[in-house]
Amino acid sequence: MIKAMPLATLMAAVVLAAADARAETIFVSNEQDNTVSVIDGGTLAVAATIAVGRRPRGIEASGDGKTIYVALGDDDRIDVIDVASRKVTGNLPSGPDPERFTVSPDGARLYIANEDDNTVSVLDIAGRKITADIAVGIEPEGMAVSPDGAFVVCTSETTSMAHFIDSKTLELIDNVLVDTRPRVAQVTRDGKHVWITSELRGTASVLDARSHAILAHIDFAPPGVPLELVQAVGVAIARDGERAFVALGPSARVAEIDARQFKVLRYHLVGQRVWNLAFSPDGKRLYTTNGSSNDISVLDLESDRVVKSLGVGRSPWGVVSVP
Amino acid sequence: MSALWLRCFAGIVTREFLRFLRQRSRFFASLVRPVVWLVIFATGFRAVLGLSRIPPYQTYVLYEEYIVPGLVGLILLFNAMQTALSMVFDREMGSMKVLLVSPLPRWYLLTCRLLSGVVVGLPQVYAFLAFAWLWGIRPPIAGLLYVAPAVVLAGLMLGAIGLLVSSMVEQLENFAGVMNFVIFPMFFASTALYPLWRLSDADPVLAAVAWLNPFSHGVELIRFALYEQLDTLSLGVTAATAIVVMALAVWRYDSGRILRRQLAGGAA
Repeated sequence: MIKAMPLATLMAAVVLAAADARAETIFVSNEQDNTVSVIDGGTLAVAATIAVGRRPRGIEASGDGKTIYVALGDDDRIDVIDVASRKVTGNLPSGPDPERFTVSPDGARLYIANEDDNTVSVLDIAGRKITADIAVGIEPEGMAVSPDGAFVVCTSETTSMAHFIDSKTLELIDNVLVDTRPRVAQVTRDGKHVWITSELRGTASVLDARSHAILAHIDFAPPGVPLELVQAVGVAIARDGERAFVALGPSARVAEIDARQFKVLRYHLVGQRVWNLAFSPDGKRLYTTNGSSNDISVLDLESDRVVKSLGVGRSPWGVVSVP
Repeated sequence: MSALWLRCFAGIVTREFLRFLRQRSRFFASLVRPVVWLVIFATGFRAVLGLSRIPPYQTYVLYEEYIVPGLVGLILLFNAMQTALSMVFDREMGSMKVLLVSPLPRWYLLTCRLLSGVVVGLPQVYAFLAFAWLWGIRPPIAGLLYVAPAVVLAGLMLGAIGLLVSSMVEQLENFAGVMNFVIFPMFFASTALYPLWRLSDADPVLAAVAWLNPFSHGVELIRFALYEQLDTLSLGVTAATAIVVMALAVWRYDSGRILRRQLAGGAA
């Protein structure tokens, strides 16, 4: 016990120092409140609340981390937030009911899934103009772009397909049948794999980015949780490609996966209806939005524990973190 | 003078500790009881009693994590009643007379008995916390240190209640009644098994009873300490209850018929 005391003090000091050193800011879209919560990464407290348009869901940062884009499902537009001033500085057009979108690696375009008209809109940010609409399956939702920007993946909820789009020609190059109600797609940093989650089947599929063949199926069965509550939604893959995380919706769990072996390592308890995930800029934390319990959870990836859950607005949907 | 006081203290504590060491089954039972609660009861109720984030917890906890401080309280409660039981046993067997012929004041002798109970309680608590750690319930390491004074204070309060009870129990056989009328109501009508907000959802009267139950405050003091926080209300209630109940117990032992009967019985 006596020996443990200085150790504990030291640990506390390290934790405090680490907390102080964090300058990142977390932005959370609150679907029912029509706001974006701004959270200070150091104190893990809500620092500001920004009013945006109606039904904010998809939220992404520009490549330089200076701008936040929020898709407004009921206003059919994208609001633009300036990170430094924490103010809405303008907006961009989109198709009807934009839900999820992704920013091209060069920062020039947004690829937006328009849930209502079964298209992916390509938005030229500088020109503030939709330059193309690509027809995909019914209720498009998941959007991802490869790190080299060469291809875009969209998933359609009702068609249960992953649609591969060539970003040069802006043409549909392939459709792959995946598990029911695919929600989210993510391309690994090395550009070799595409992860797609299925809400209804509660699985994640890993596709080969080139051949589009399904390489692995990952099933989730958190102990003590009824299987019908396991719905796979948000995906986050670590930069080094070692670990991946999948949000499991109403089961209030986040699965931690060995991304090389495609095996579930453990489940982390978070708030209810955990929906989307985002890493901190240094990759040491994972943030989750918990739609039913109106909070976000913070998973510390060094200690591999959920260290905090804090209340934000109503129905937090998306999260993004910038330095 | 002070050497005498110290020797008396050491004697009483050593005796209680030796008694504890020799009763291996008692240590085993004191560990098995909370372990059964943790492993079987808590696992079974995990799905039903999903918990919200409430202080001192920073995030969501599973039911088995919530229940741990309550089970520490359970250990202390049983330990206190066991000490009380040994008081009654000493009285029946006549060994209390040996204690009472001491020139030291009764309040001091009783306080030593009280402390001896807590000394015996601490290793039981840490043995259980070690098991809980292996079971995957891992409070912050500093919390495991901070919890020691909270355990001591809660142990003193429950020990004082035990002493008061022992002054009311006439015979060893009546001790089953203590189970029914002291241990069970204190444990079940408290925040050991269910958080207060959940109790008030179910029944406001029960919630009020739990809130007034000093055992709840002992458990909350332990719970907050285990997560590196201080619950001042629980600290106040636990300390005040310990002092008031101990004073009552001393008064009963000092003036009451218990000791007169003891001494008279010894003379006969």
